[in-house]
Amino acid sequence: MAAKVFDEMNSGSDGSIREPYRGVADWLARTSPERVAATRNEVDLFYRRHGITFGAYGAAEGAETTIPFDIIPRVIAWDEWQYLHKGLSQRARALNAFLSDAYGQRDICRAGVIPEEQILMNGEFVAMAQGLQLPGGVHAHIAGIDLVRVGEKDFFVLEDNVRTPSGVSYVLENREVMMRLAPELFAAMSVLPVADYSEELLATLRSVSFSDGHEPNVVLLTPGHHNSAYFEHAFLADEMGIELVKGSDLFVDESRVYMRTPRGPQRVDVIYRRVDDAFLDPLAMRPDSFLGVAGLLGALRAGRVNIVNALGNGVADDKSTYTYVPEMVRFYLGEEPILQNVPTWRCDRADDYKYVLEHLSEIVVKEIHGSGGKGMLVGPTSSKAEIEEFTALLKARPDNYIAQPTLALSTCPTFVNQGVAPRHVDLRPFVLSGKKITIVPGGLTRVALKEGSLVVNSSQGGGTKDTWVLAPDEADGR
Amino acid sequence: MLSSTAKNLYWMGRYLQRAKSTARLIEATQRMALQSRGEEAAGVAAIFGMEDEFRQSQAQGQRLASLIDFLVLDENNPSSIVNSIAAARRNAREERNNITVDVWESLNALWLELSARLRGKRANLDRGALIESVKKQAVMIFGAAQVTLLRDEANNFLQLGAFLERADNTGRILDVKFHLLRPDGNPSAEGLDYFAWSELLACIGAVRTYRRIYRSSLNPMKVAELMMLRRDVPRSVHHCLWMVDLNMRELADAYGTRGEADRLAGELHARLRYARIDRVFEIGLATFLGQLRGDISTLSEEIGRQFLLD
Repeated sequence: MAAKVFDEMNSGSDGSIREPYRGVADWLARTSPERVAATRNEVDLFYRRHGITFGAYGAAEGAETTIPFDIIPRVIAWDEWQYLHKGLSQRARALNAFLSDAYGQRDICRAGVIPEEQILMNGEFVAMAQGLQLPGGVHAHIAGIDLVRVGEKDFFVLEDNVRTPSGVSYVLENREVMMRLAPELFAAMSVLPVADYSEELLATLRSVSFSDGHEPNVVLLTPGHHNSAYFEHAFLADEMGIELVKGSDLFVDESRVYMRTPRGPQRVDVIYRRVDDAFLDPLAMRPDSFLGVAGLLGALRAGRVNIVNALGNGVADDKSTYTYVPEMVRFYLGEEPILQNVPTWRCDRADDYKYVLEHLSEIVVKEIHGSGGKGMLVGPTSSKAEIEEFTALLKARPDNYIAQPTLALSTCPTFVNQGVAPRHVDLRPFVLSGKKITIVPGGLTRVALKEGSLVVNSSQGGGTKDTWVLAPDEADGR
Repeated sequence: MLSSTAKNLYWMGRYLQRAKSTARLIEATQRMALQSRGEEAAGVAAIFGMEDEFRQSQAQGQRLASLIDFLVLDENNPSSIVNSIAAARRNAREERNNITVDVWESLNALWLELSARLRGKRANLDRGALIESVKKQAVMIFGAAQVTLLRDEANNFLQLGAFLERADNTGRILDVKFHLLRPDGNPSAEGLDYFAWSELLACIGAVRTYRRIYRSSLNPMKVAELMMLRRDVPRSVHHCLWMVDLNMRELADAYGTRGEADRLAGELHARLRYARIDRVFEIGLATFLGQLRGDISTLSEEIGRQFLLD
């Protein structure tokens, strides 16, 4: 791939400022470093006071930390967003069609587009979900689709997250912070609002209830306050005005789910769960789970409660199924994919495997079910020893890995200790699918704060930025 | 207890509540202005009955900033936040022997903080932080009153002032903003501007409360119901007038006399308690609110007359 890195602010023609960033550039030029420093100090205070914290995996018990927030926004022009919006909707439609099919007749396998073992042998396949008829045929109600940009017109999908994608609370809170701390910059540009996400999410959840004719009762199921994303669970439940429940608050009686309340049992129709598949129902999945509800899957199969996102969605978003998504778009929708995949070598194919082994120092190798920036090798920035270590893992189980070229992710101006410097970013917009598809304009921009680093995960020292999609009439950013 | 004491406590309650309502209103408006850059500033000016003065000033951005300064710190605006806090503190200071140390100190601390902030250069004044601390501290002061004040007449007058002011504020915000958003008074949810309506709820801090109660999308009729008729919403007109009526009754029991203020307080409470939102819209929200606001202001005069507060 091109070695030249695309900077979203400075890579205009002849190195000029790109139009959407004009407002940001002006603001940076006229704001004193003292003012900026003062603002940055306020940010951490704000997050701590609001309790917007996460517990990183492996951190000391009870230790809470904030994700670093950078106050220079990431800006997306209206026409760019239109393009992304179309591509994301298309991708979400294809993934939902695939999931319906994967747990239905598997037409796509019979047509010879995807081998059946790709679905059935997948560790994330949930046999209990076979044959389920879900409302609207929707499985991936909330999809976080990670995008990277490498050039003026070049966006790629890095991965699809259709299990329990998190991060949307940062989209909403980052916006609150920006309005509070940099109102003059905000006022100088015409930014599309994101605050209706909770409203749209609630409407989506209500629209996929099995029960017709009565007001659906929606709850959010959390593993509890030890979970790293607990803040987000509480935040979303509060925003939507629904109950935040743990497994112990629910029970199943005659294939109906109820929550325990002082007024007696209250029926539950839709569960927005942030608990992984394996822990949902100790009778059907892991018997040692204390996080789930005994009999839940029975209630689901009886069509009495809907679980969002659906069970077994992992067959659609691991890094090996990923390579088939463009084919899914063609097969189910009869359309050409709008958003492109990153070219990917599958190590379970002999030719690809050979190429990967020979080029380890140039490429990125990822575990098929890995997440959070773990289980991967970034060739160009790894030592010889690290590469050797990884080679051993790869040789032991080639089918467990895929590889991709090292992408030159775009950069955005970011405040670091030395001042303003370019840092690599990605973007996770959230696609809601119910009766219709809704995408609030924006998403979570993650930024790798270490110079040159391409790993944006919060558990690996990444931070976040507010993402500003500009309104159409003033897309010039003024 | 002296009438002068009753008067001081009543006005302390009113001024403190006024500062708090204004702070919240400015915050909601600023958010809205940042998100849509519409005519929000004009809307706020209307709430304070200052549209004409406002229209004469210059550019929109400038106008919002100058309006905020007018509402927050203008010395010539008797209802500005800073003046309201100063007035509440004056009232409290005269009655130090009639309120607890906790109430006095928390109010005095707020005043000291504002004075310190105002001493610096105006250009460097962080208005957002000032507004935030007014909101926070006002809650502390009312909380201190709640847990430390003797439940006697003095407390009744403080509560009367606070709830009457709050009923008036909520009624005024709903009246003006509803009219701006739906000049024809039509309560249907069609073509609803989500952000404008959620900002209206934010003026009384009730966005999440709305979802908790109705668990559905925003609907102008329900917004009006929540702000006016819901007894369980602490800033609704109904809740405030219920509290006014309650405090009036306690005073009547203590004094063994009743007057026009008691009758009107009871009537207003009953009117909201038994009102139905669909009927209100049949009459017309503007008509209903216009009469209600008129009666609230009459009630305030009657209270002054009856208890010799003037």
